[in-house]
Amino acid sequence: MERNNKTIGKVAGIIANLVIVEVDGPVAQNEICFIQHPESNLMAEVIKILGKNVYVQVFESTRGLKIGTNVEFEGHLLEVTLGPGILSSTYDGLQNDLNKMEGVFLKRGDYTDPLNREKKWDFTPIAKAGDAVVAGDWLGEVPENGMPHRILVPFKLEGSYTVKSVVAAGEYTVDEEIAVITDEEGNDIKLTMVQKWPVKKAVKTYKEKPRPFKLLQTGTRTMDTLNPIVEGGTGFIPGPFGTGKTVLQHSISKFADADIVIIAACGERANEVVEIFTEFPELEDPKTGRKLMERTTIIANTSNMPVAAREASVYTAMALGEYYRAMGLKVLLMADSTSRWAQALREMSNRLEELPGPDAFPMDLTAIITSFYARAGFVYLNNGESGSITFIGTVSPAGGNLKEPVTESTRKAARCFYGLNQTRADGKRYPAIDPIDSYSKYLEYPEVVENLKETIGENWLDNVNKAKTLLLRGKEAQEQINILGDDGVPLEFHERFWNSELVDAVILQQDSFDKVDANCPLHRQKFMLEKVLDVTEMKFSFDSFEDVNVYFKRIINTFKQMNYSEWESDTFKTYSEELEGIIKERLN
Amino acid sequence: METQAFQKVYTKITNLTKATVTLTATDVGNEEMALVHGRMAQVVKIMKDEVILQVFEGTEGIPTNAEVVFLGRPPQIKVGEQLAGRFFNAFGDPIDGGPDVDGKVIDTGGPSVNPVRRKQPSDLIATGIAGIDLNNSLVTGQKIPFFADPDQPYNQVMANVALRAEADKIILGGMGLSNDDYLYFKNVFDNAGALDRIVSFVNTTDDAPVERLLIPDMALSAAEYFAEEKQEKVLVLLTDMTLFADALSIVSNRMDQIPSKDSMPGSLYSDLARIYEKAVQFPHGGSITIIAVTTLNGGDITHAIPDNTGYITEGQLFLRMDSDVGKVIVDPFRSLSRLKQLVIGKQTREDHPQVMNAAIRLYADAANAKTKQDNGFDLSDYDERTLKFAKEYSEQILAIDINIDTEKMLDTTWDLFQDNFKREEVVVRQEFVDKYWKE
Ligand SMILES: Nc1ncnc2c1ncn2[C@@H]1O[C@H](COP(=O)(O)OP(=O)(O)OP(=O)(O)O)[C@@H](O)[C@H]1O
Ligand SMILES: [Mg+2]
Repeated sequence: MERNNKTIGKVAGIIANLVIVEVDGPVAQNEICFIQHPESNLMAEVIKILGKNVYVQVFESTRGLKIGTNVEFEGHLLEVTLGPGILSSTYDGLQNDLNKMEGVFLKRGDYTDPLNREKKWDFTPIAKAGDAVVAGDWLGEVPENGMPHRILVPFKLEGSYTVKSVVAAGEYTVDEEIAVITDEEGNDIKLTMVQKWPVKKAVKTYKEKPRPFKLLQTGTRTMDTLNPIVEGGTGFIPGPFGTGKTVLQHSISKFADADIVIIAACGERANEVVEIFTEFPELEDPKTGRKLMERTTIIANTSNMPVAAREASVYTAMALGEYYRAMGLKVLLMADSTSRWAQALREMSNRLEELPGPDAFPMDLTAIITSFYARAGFVYLNNGESGSITFIGTVSPAGGNLKEPVTESTRKAARCFYGLNQTRADGKRYPAIDPIDSYSKYLEYPEVVENLKETIGENWLDNVNKAKTLLLRGKEAQEQINILGDDGVPLEFHERFWNSELVDAVILQQDSFDKVDANCPLHRQKFMLEKVLDVTEMKFSFDSFEDVNVYFKRIINTFKQMNYSEWESDTFKTYSEELEGIIKERLN
Repeated sequence: METQAFQKVYTKITNLTKATVTLTATDVGNEEMALVHGRMAQVVKIMKDEVILQVFEGTEGIPTNAEVVFLGRPPQIKVGEQLAGRFFNAFGDPIDGGPDVDGKVIDTGGPSVNPVRRKQPSDLIATGIAGIDLNNSLVTGQKIPFFADPDQPYNQVMANVALRAEADKIILGGMGLSNDDYLYFKNVFDNAGALDRIVSFVNTTDDAPVERLLIPDMALSAAEYFAEEKQEKVLVLLTDMTLFADALSIVSNRMDQIPSKDSMPGSLYSDLARIYEKAVQFPHGGSITIIAVTTLNGGDITHAIPDNTGYITEGQLFLRMDSDVGKVIVDPFRSLSRLKQLVIGKQTREDHPQVMNAAIRLYADAANAKTKQDNGFDLSDYDERTLKFAKEYSEQILAIDINIDTEKMLDTTWDLFQDNFKREEVVVRQEFVDKYWKE
């Protein structure tokens, strides 16, 4: 929707950040308005209309607001501003550039420009006069922190157009004209590098959205090896507090094989955002040699920032992701935590006195979550290139109980489930992803299986299944040992248990704070898995269960030292040889 | 007191509930303070010319013709050096018999710090308590609660931590403190000669429960003044946040809001986060560290209050009575300081992270051995050794009465490793074993 005449209204009711506005004129659902509080304009979004009464959720504190205050409706929905300069920025949930705000404390109604209007970008044309184009097509390109930032035909333009002119290669600001295109009626439209897009609407300018099929390497063994996620895939990480959701997401953002990383800190701790922009500018992107921060954008709507903007923040992040996907880039999108987003929906729904669903969440929670996850995906663009958004959200289940509405709704929407297990976390078995309950539905896709075989090896999945079986059998053996006692079971049960402990310690457990172990590339994962499986297939001779324990602990210790050593370094080789030695001692 | 000549006085209350009054009034701001029959109240809802006020002390005895005076301001506090050494109630009025303080008037519950203006917390807070410093090191700018049963000595431990923490200011926010506990804090601070570093905002069990809702904002506004303007290291103690949350639920029930889990308001997470997120490290060195107490009901941490707290804070400290050694210990399994990795092995000795993890792993093995023992199974030699280790570790490291420096904690732990285990059983990076394992 776009409307040129602004509708005016007056505040008629205030309940926390829900404000009722009496209007005289047309207003649209989800339209943006500004409440003209004497101190500063407060931005709000229409969420319900009842006759002349328009209910708006205010993105700021309403302290001091009075009845009768003027409200101006903007004639558009909540939008993001798209153009070069988004990468390495830190925005709030409404895409205000936090670095541009003055002072230590956030000031309400302080809205800052997400882009740099002065900076000149090095533009190279892609389209030429006479080309037929539609929304999302590439007109030109500027380098943005080493990434090719394509300048697109604005998403909002419907129908087909002909390129009339594109400026010559050279330096331009985002607001300078870079192309003129002509619509079917012959009207010229002047374009700059900037466009706007309503965040709650999915960008669908791609040609095709096939099922995702390509492995996305994350560097986390228990994900890549056991339950891989794919480019354009979706996953979620539910877990009680303190079990490692955020650490895992940060680790994936650092090491996953993505071009662009967008992190939505949604209703979580400010210190965790600080951690990102303290560490990422120091860390090197293994692929490009540039700093990680240069390919990262943070949407920070931390828990103490206004609740309504928290709801908006995940959409802002998704819209930015869709923009970069349309440039043919691999986007990794993280949201921590989607439960906080759901809670923001709940707070508002309660204030609106809507009929509550389970745990007082809104009735349409599942629908909202599902349609959000559906915006991720792998796409082919009109020019044959491909792009993707891989989305991983965390879920913070109340009381750690997975049978609660947000977890259950998300399970319907996401294809990978990385459940964090309290017992594993308590035992410092990080990442605490439960190897048995977790799953990747992508392993059921023949095209994914094909891709894994091609990229890793023909027998890779057989090996993975062997490891999974070992874990299962180890768990059963442990239960038996617990019931019958160490001496009450055959020695073989202890061997079974320790084989699974070996897989657990070497493959599943990974120390995110160790500079080497933190990232395990695929070839290294393959090597270690094969090595571990070799050991589990050996026939050792043991006298007693204690003998088994002690021996396996030595093996595990040596394997772990390998994990801590640089790949193929001298120390790595030394431990590898040490391992061979230990094995020889016992072979039958 | 605060009534001024030009203020409009209303005398016609239309509705009265246990916690709120409704009247017709104009030109009233949201969250504005008012005096209703001389009692502090705050605007919570406005519909056209109908204003609903929450009366903190409750509405008992308020007549429909009571005087209602709007004060034209949100909740405020006077801040300045004069606060030091003083005790106040939830409204910022002195309760120690001293004079009113002079200072700058600021609104409480103000805006949050821009995340990009924060600095990553990086200064270790040494408490001497090994269960904290070794396994759950605290850092300035952190927020962390004690999860404790009501009968545990949490206020004592907290007072100890506060006094040893080398803070420039300690701000106590007491909610539903018993009079004895209030006097306890007053005494320890006094005896330690630390009173001039301490500011207290106290709501005791004698005061109305709903008044507690103002305490954290008061304490944290004062903290912000000292940490930001005066660039001081401020430690804020909030006890007991469970009673704060209970007050939230009282209010939301009385206002007919739809309760979510455990009859808590659906906004509990945001309400608590708004408080805890005031913890901050500023680049100029000033900081606010929050140590809170959340008492548990029958040890249940899945209850909405501890659960939401756990999702907000940067870890939690559990106290537990270890009957094997007869001492209260900091439970190494369930306690966690999320920020410890920012300092351990960096501001402390290099082997700290690995030693800490190894010891806890062995302590966990001891717990398994104990289960085996309780189930009547034979113990292996290794089991026996872990049990012995666990007992010594509990006594020499985990007990809350320990007061040693971090080096000593690490050395003690290495000694315990050597006394009880073989090198390869400990699983620590080889370079550290080579360096710290004595022949
Ligand atoms: N892979 C890991 N390696 C080492 N330590 C870890 C790992 N994952 C988590 N931890 C430890 O667990 C702590 C909590 O992790 P994290 O902050 O990720 O939890 P969370 O699930 O996000 O909790 P919350 O829901 O409260 O945000 C970390 O501070 C760290 O000490
Ligand atoms: Mg987290």
